[in-house]
Amino acid sequence: MTRQAIIARWLAGVAVLLCAHAGRAVADEAKQLQVCGDPNNLPFSNEKLEGIENKIADVIAKDLGMTVAYTWWPHQRGLVKRVLNTGHCDVMLGIPKGYDPVLWTKSYYRTGYVLAYRKDRGLKVRTLDDPLLKKLKIGVQVNTPPHDALGKRGIVGDNVVGYQLMFDSNFHAEDYPGKLVEDLIAGSIDVALVWGPIAGYFAKKKAAPLELVLLEDKPESGNRFAFDISMGVRKGNQELKGKLEEALARRHDEIKHILDDFGVPLLPAAEEKARGNGAR
Amino acid sequence: MRLKSFVVSIVAVFLPVAAYGQSGPGDDPMSLQGDDGQWVLPAKNYAATRFSTLNKITPENVTHLKVAWSMSTGTNQGHEGAPLVVGTTMYVHSSYPNNIFAIDLAKDGAIKWKYTPKQDNRAVPVACCDLVNRGLNYSHGKILMSTLDAQVIALDANTGKELWKVKNGDPTKGETITSAGLVVKDKYIVGISGGEFGVRGHVTAYDINSGKKVWRAYSTGPDEELMLAPDFNAANPHYGQKGLGTSTWQGDAWKRGGGTTWGWYSYDPTLNLFYYSTGNPGTWNPDQRPGDNKWSMTIWARDPDTGMAHWGYQMTPHDAWDYDGVNESILADLTIAGKKVQALVHFDRNGFGYTLDRTNGTLLVAEPFAAVNWAKSIDKKTGRPVEDITKRTKQGTVTKDICPNAMGGKDQQPAAFSPKTGLFYVPTNNMCMDYEATEVKYTAGAPYVGANVLMKPGPGGQLGELIAWDATTGKKVWGIKEQQPAWGGVLATTTDVVFYGTMDGWFKAVHAKTGKILWKHKVGSGIIGAPMTFLGPNKKQYVAVYSGVGGWFGLPVSLDLPPNDPYAALGAVGLAYKNGLDKATTKGGTVYVFELE
Repeated sequence: MTRQAIIARWLAGVAVLLCAHAGRAVADEAKQLQVCGDPNNLPFSNEKLEGIENKIADVIAKDLGMTVAYTWWPHQRGLVKRVLNTGHCDVMLGIPKGYDPVLWTKSYYRTGYVLAYRKDRGLKVRTLDDPLLKKLKIGVQVNTPPHDALGKRGIVGDNVVGYQLMFDSNFHAEDYPGKLVEDLIAGSIDVALVWGPIAGYFAKKKAAPLELVLLEDKPESGNRFAFDISMGVRKGNQELKGKLEEALARRHDEIKHILDDFGVPLLPAAEEKARGNGAR
Repeated sequence: MRLKSFVVSIVAVFLPVAAYGQSGPGDDPMSLQGDDGQWVLPAKNYAATRFSTLNKITPENVTHLKVAWSMSTGTNQGHEGAPLVVGTTMYVHSSYPNNIFAIDLAKDGAIKWKYTPKQDNRAVPVACCDLVNRGLNYSHGKILMSTLDAQVIALDANTGKELWKVKNGDPTKGETITSAGLVVKDKYIVGISGGEFGVRGHVTAYDINSGKKVWRAYSTGPDEELMLAPDFNAANPHYGQKGLGTSTWQGDAWKRGGGTTWGWYSYDPTLNLFYYSTGNPGTWNPDQRPGDNKWSMTIWARDPDTGMAHWGYQMTPHDAWDYDGVNESILADLTIAGKKVQALVHFDRNGFGYTLDRTNGTLLVAEPFAAVNWAKSIDKKTGRPVEDITKRTKQGTVTKDICPNAMGGKDQQPAAFSPKTGLFYVPTNNMCMDYEATEVKYTAGAPYVGANVLMKPGPGGQLGELIAWDATTGKKVWGIKEQQPAWGGVLATTTDVVFYGTMDGWFKAVHAKTGKILWKHKVGSGIIGAPMTFLGPNKKQYVAVYSGVGGWFGLPVSLDLPPNDPYAALGAVGLAYKNGLDKATTKGGTVYVFELE
């Protein structure tokens, strides 16, 4: 049968959630920013608080005079339904603006999918229309926009190697997001099509000489590669959304510093872009 | 006469069961299937007709049916399939963790033994659509079963002791088992689930005495691994023959090609062919896998001794709707246009009812039995659907009002065939769907643009219908509309009483000729199981059925999913709640046994 499994992690996760919930009942909730965190998904978040979102959560909580309290749940199936909407936590960090199961804040950065290759390969590939892509070995996260874009261009043959985006640290530790970038560095694939923050982080971590080319975003022609990144709260929670947006505006520079630290390839955010060229 | 032969066979069966380990030919399901006092195979007999010649319950007295006894199975997820009755023991199974109970019918339903397999609970989150199991097999003093975590286990039918167990798949790779499989001679043939994880489907035969793997035949890949006999599709070369398990895919996509085998199997001992069919191709997005994607969505005929395939017919090439082809194939000898045919009848998720010549796969009849608009017809010459191209789904494109929806014109719920009326009794769904492009989705820190599936009622507004079907012409004879999808199986008897259960918890008896409702009884939870019948040690006729709502459509109730996300459970939540399933029933597994007052 079919599709994304639905049962989610409910049976496995219920005990954890009960504990989290019990803890929450006795804490001083007003002073806590209740974050829905992924326990094991660098560069975004982990339980050791080493990820981009962990650092940004600290900055925002501090600004609001709060501390961060986490409910850990992989940012996958069932997260909004079982964790955010049931009140185990109040905010998800790093979700795309327009993600409709939640109420999203104004975005605080913009990034995109990149085409990556080793600088020492002497390649000059800038777009998915480069005929060379029919010959190179391409690693791509399956079912992502660049994967679809390859399909539309008829690039679906032996030279395309699929990597799972639905990474699951419990069951498929070997599929962790950095695998694609590590294979690129090791040379088992020639180019990688990968979500920018993942490419930037693993390239930086390995100090690898990688060229990262942000794919040109053309939503009107079905090639949507760039996304504005926001925080997400439960639908109806306008109060928290407002507070977060004010804090995000105040902490703009600190957040930018964190993103640079993690090697996130940034695009001008929608608002800055509007100021810059007036086109959008 | 009938009673006499039953008594004789009980004696023949009983001695070997008592002296387990020294079973004789009378302990083989091949001979036991002919005794309608017992129910020894998942679908009653190898032809999978779910038809019984027991005649004590009739249209006249069925109003006197009452509950004889009932028993909780101890689990709350959906209950599919039927119990077995071998001799005077009933074997009851449950959803995960797959409890098995042996119940002594001679001792007021006392529990002889209970068995729960040790399972890897990592199978739970990868199971697609509820934690169901479709039942057990019996042969030569052994109960043969498969588990959600993809183990295959043989138990001593008398004691419940494990005789052997093997792993048929790896749940950490998304491989699970929900089907009952089928025991044929000295082999237990089992399938695999997990198409949504790109599991490469296969059927595997295990020696029932040792658990040793005898052969494994894949649904996709090179011919050697497909196990094609030299005469494969000789009668219908246009169905395709050599090399297509790889050439109808791009690159090595066949390795993740799906074609899982989670449905019902049947067997013709004279032809020595067993029949099963395969599910949807992987991956989810059809743009990623141009080509026919053979042999997903295919009805197969294989030699059970060697595993070699003699024919295969693909119903839905290059699937774009999730119309898994896994539904049962019922074997019936029919007369079509004056000619006697050894037929195979299959009601597919794609909404077409197929009648094939089971000796060689030749297509005889293919007509829609449910609301269908993705294809106008099936071309008899080529065997291929004549598609309405505007209903083909495409990534990033909105496609509205596709019928049937992904749950199909019929899902796993098995139909029955009465040789007495010559009709098939088919539990069907009446649902359509919209493929909606959504702005943005998100997983594991990365955004993407994806499609949502919105399920909606089909023409007329009801979600289900039990129909009587003439497979010789491909025409509906009568129908009983149901508010909920008709997700339970069917039992037909020689007295023209047809039994089926509904998701809102009604167990019904109807007249085989007219569809008139003769009797109904509300049970504890919605029915997605298949009714069965047997004679008790007191020679009374009993009818049994599992109650326990679930399955894909019932998941919102069996898992208490919150009603605020209409797209959850792949679109089931929106429609199940809108249609009032949560107001009609609650979850919980129970076996109900009925008798005449």
